[in-house]
Amino acid sequence: MTHLPILPLLIPLFAGALLTMLPPKALALRRSVSLVAVLLQIPLAALLIVRAGAELSVYALGNWPAPFGIVLVVDRLAAILLFTTAILASAALLYALRGDDEQGRGFHALFQFQLLGVNGAFLTGDLFNLFVFFEILLIASYALLLHGRTAERIRAGLHYVLINIVGSSLFLISLGALYALCGTLNMADLARRVAGLSAANAPLVAAAGSLLMVVFGLKAAAFPLYFWLPRAYSSAAAPVAAVFAVLTKVGLYAILRVNLLIFGREAGDLAYLANDWLWAAALLTIAAGAIGVLAADTLGRLIAYLVVVSAGTIAAGVALGSREAITATLYYLIHSTWIAGAFFLLSGELARRRGDNIADRLVPGPPLLRLLLPGGLFLAAAVSVAGLPPLSGFLGKLLLLSSAPAGAETFWLYGAVLGGGLPVLIALGRAGSTLLWRCDAALAPAAGPDAARMAAVMILLIAGALLVVFAEPVCVYLDAASGQLLNPEDTISRVLSGPPAGIGGPR
Amino acid sequence: MELLYAILLGVLTSCGIYLILRARTFPVVVGLTLLSYAVNLFLFAAGRLATGAPPVIGRAAVYADPLPQALVLTAIVIGFALTAFALILALRALGVSGHDAVDDRKENP
Repeated sequence: MTHLPILPLLIPLFAGALLTMLPPKALALRRSVSLVAVLLQIPLAALLIVRAGAELSVYALGNWPAPFGIVLVVDRLAAILLFTTAILASAALLYALRGDDEQGRGFHALFQFQLLGVNGAFLTGDLFNLFVFFEILLIASYALLLHGRTAERIRAGLHYVLINIVGSSLFLISLGALYALCGTLNMADLARRVAGLSAANAPLVAAAGSLLMVVFGLKAAAFPLYFWLPRAYSSAAAPVAAVFAVLTKVGLYAILRVNLLIFGREAGDLAYLANDWLWAAALLTIAAGAIGVLAADTLGRLIAYLVVVSAGTIAAGVALGSREAITATLYYLIHSTWIAGAFFLLSGELARRRGDNIADRLVPGPPLLRLLLPGGLFLAAAVSVAGLPPLSGFLGKLLLLSSAPAGAETFWLYGAVLGGGLPVLIALGRAGSTLLWRCDAALAPAAGPDAARMAAVMILLIAGALLVVFAEPVCVYLDAASGQLLNPEDTISRVLSGPPAGIGGPR
Repeated sequence: MELLYAILLGVLTSCGIYLILRARTFPVVVGLTLLSYAVNLFLFAAGRLATGAPPVIGRAAVYADPLPQALVLTAIVIGFALTAFALILALRALGVSGHDAVDDRKENP
């Protein structure tokens, strides 16, 4: 059981490698391997959540102790995010198995590599390793975005690839600067070095750290670096877009981790480096996303802007930085990942039934039969995203708003979150009535309803509803997670004390 | 040597950024290549520039840091793969849209 922390990486790695070798004709076999590998992640992540709740575990790869070797750190935050990803990926894959996986080559292998990158980014305790996992998830996402290879996807893919390559270059520059100044890239070790920094080096480390935050802000789609997102996400195939819902969260996770661990409480002048500018960027992100939601002309684009709004909301919670705010942010993060995934899948299903000509454009489409289920799911997802009671979005926003300290911050946060909710509500009401009610009798539906695709959407929405039903234990766990993040001394000393004796190997 | 090295990095970076800001895909890919050269050299310099120093502690008064070379090797591999991918994608985009402008203008700039 000591090797449990590495399984979330090994399963997709080996499944992906196996899937590249299986012959293209063995469709059923490839689908089963992919499905088993993804479904295995759920109990595994649940087990890790239980174990991380008891104590933080550190896995030294090759048994080289930190800071010389690379370590995986399973704390409460990492375990929760693994679970969130596993649920999202399972639903997206179930949807893809209904035919979307056959629109291009190599879908299943790429899907596994995407999961490898995401899981690795959540688990790693080393900054350079974080870069490597970022690249793995980005390379997989480049190829997945092009899955199906329509002209629109290739044009959108070019922008997405170019901007992310520039982002990766900036990532490397900041890593080089941090290594030159601190002599380490292990996050826990960096935290200690930053705390004991000389006055001459402090501004340079601040510059390198800020550059790092800019790169993460680019991945997280924070203002003004979100322009790549709507086009890329809205042109991707539905199951791919659903998995992409977790990619912006990886950027936000990295901001949270670096801001609270490396530039944590002990960092002196550099403590909580990102907070000030992140606050302004977060509010502007919400505003820009809300405007985009109103202006969107397809459902996919609308949902992509909803992802931007949720990224802004999460960034605002991170910038507030109190224990209550981080708890609320983590709750909102889980909710928004699942609901955005559900929305992308639902949009894909509606587009499929309306036919390729109008797809998810917000114009009257052919009269569709048996709309009660998709309509009901659309309503549930819309209510949850807009933050109306009784679903998870309401609870997340309520927790976040009640965590705001009295003063100017309350004013701005209430204004942005509630003010941003209104355009979202209007746009979703308009989109829903156009898509589901207004129809053009001259057109014929392209395909009938598909229960299995609807089931994939329902999995995510039910998961969101369970988040409300079990809000109390979830919040207790998340509160402990944010406590762990805000008091990193224990984490740092555990990581740097090396692997516990008894794992074996020469020390 | 440090000054020369720094000037070289500056020239490479500024050329790279200039080319990335061009509106056509081929100069952009060349710009990305130049930028990644600059980044790799910068990573290499993170271990401090030294000649004739062994990467072993205790054998000599001055020793070199071998880790940046390992980092640079990883970065080169990833950067090379990404450049190749971007180039293929740019060619596909040229085939699909019939022009090589980075944005969606119909005629070439």
